[in-house]
Amino acid sequence: MASLDPSDGRLKHSFEVAGRDFNGAGGASSRIKHILQQIGVDPNTVRRIAVASYEAEMNVVIHAHLGKITLDAGPDCVILQIEDQGPGIPDIDLAMKPGFSTASDEVREMGFGAGMGLPNMVECADELEIDSVPGTGTTVKLVFFNR
Amino acid sequence: MNENVGKKTERKITLQEVCNTLEAEVIGGEDKLQDEIRTACGCDLMSDVLAFTQPGSVLLTGLTNQQVVRTAEMLDLKAIVFVRDKRPDEATIELAKSRNLPILLSPYPLYESCGRLYSLGLLGCTTDTPKKRAKIRRKDLERASGALTDGES
Repeated sequence: MASLDPSDGRLKHSFEVAGRDFNGAGGASSRIKHILQQIGVDPNTVRRIAVASYEAEMNVVIHAHLGKITLDAGPDCVILQIEDQGPGIPDIDLAMKPGFSTASDEVREMGFGAGMGLPNMVECADELEIDSVPGTGTTVKLVFFNR
Repeated sequence: MNENVGKKTERKITLQEVCNTLEAEVIGGEDKLQDEIRTACGCDLMSDVLAFTQPGSVLLTGLTNQQVVRTAEMLDLKAIVFVRDKRPDEATIELAKSRNLPILLSPYPLYESCGRLYSLGLLGCTTDTPKKRAKIRRKDLERASGALTDGES
């Protein structure tokens, strides 16, 4: 379970995300949402974080072999870092364009892969950073300020 | 043009009324039937639901996988309506129950289910309400007619 870091008093926890596990997808974001509700983060902020986290988690499940979501929550802001081992993103600007997607038909039939994931993360988060190495993996850092 | 289209109702619409209007079977969340529902969204694309749906809405969809429940959970939606007599598998029903999220099974197809709820007075999720849009349109018209009169004088 999530624990407080004695050095800075922030709550930190990591969640593993398995690639291609479509039934389990969303489990990590569900737990993150629950933790944030329990520590009393404002409901609108919780929802913004949950939606962005879920979009990021789905991206890992759809595209990568394995991933990890790290939650770092404090009274001023919540930081999510999503790291995966996967194909990476060759052209980040293109991936940020609404409607651009490389997802398979199988994924689209499940209601995802419409190319709205990254644009929606930009919409939900206050800050977003993406680092990607094609052939190795992608790291997305999302920052949410408590309002 | 029916002038009541898109007109906001002052009446409170409950989940029970949504159920009655759709002649739907309810699975789980029976304690939530008296909750007020303000908006709804009809969509099979969860990516769009995640991007454009307001919290507290009812989601109508023809997709029956677990990701529909996850999507509803993240957005704090009030209930999921599966349309055209589609019944999700046990795992999906159990997931919804564990999240205390009511499932409604509507015998009507997506368009007709949405139409019934819209006729009931349940609005969609566009943030600029039809009322606001009508106001902006009226102002635009006034400005346009003003510009015309100015031009004539």
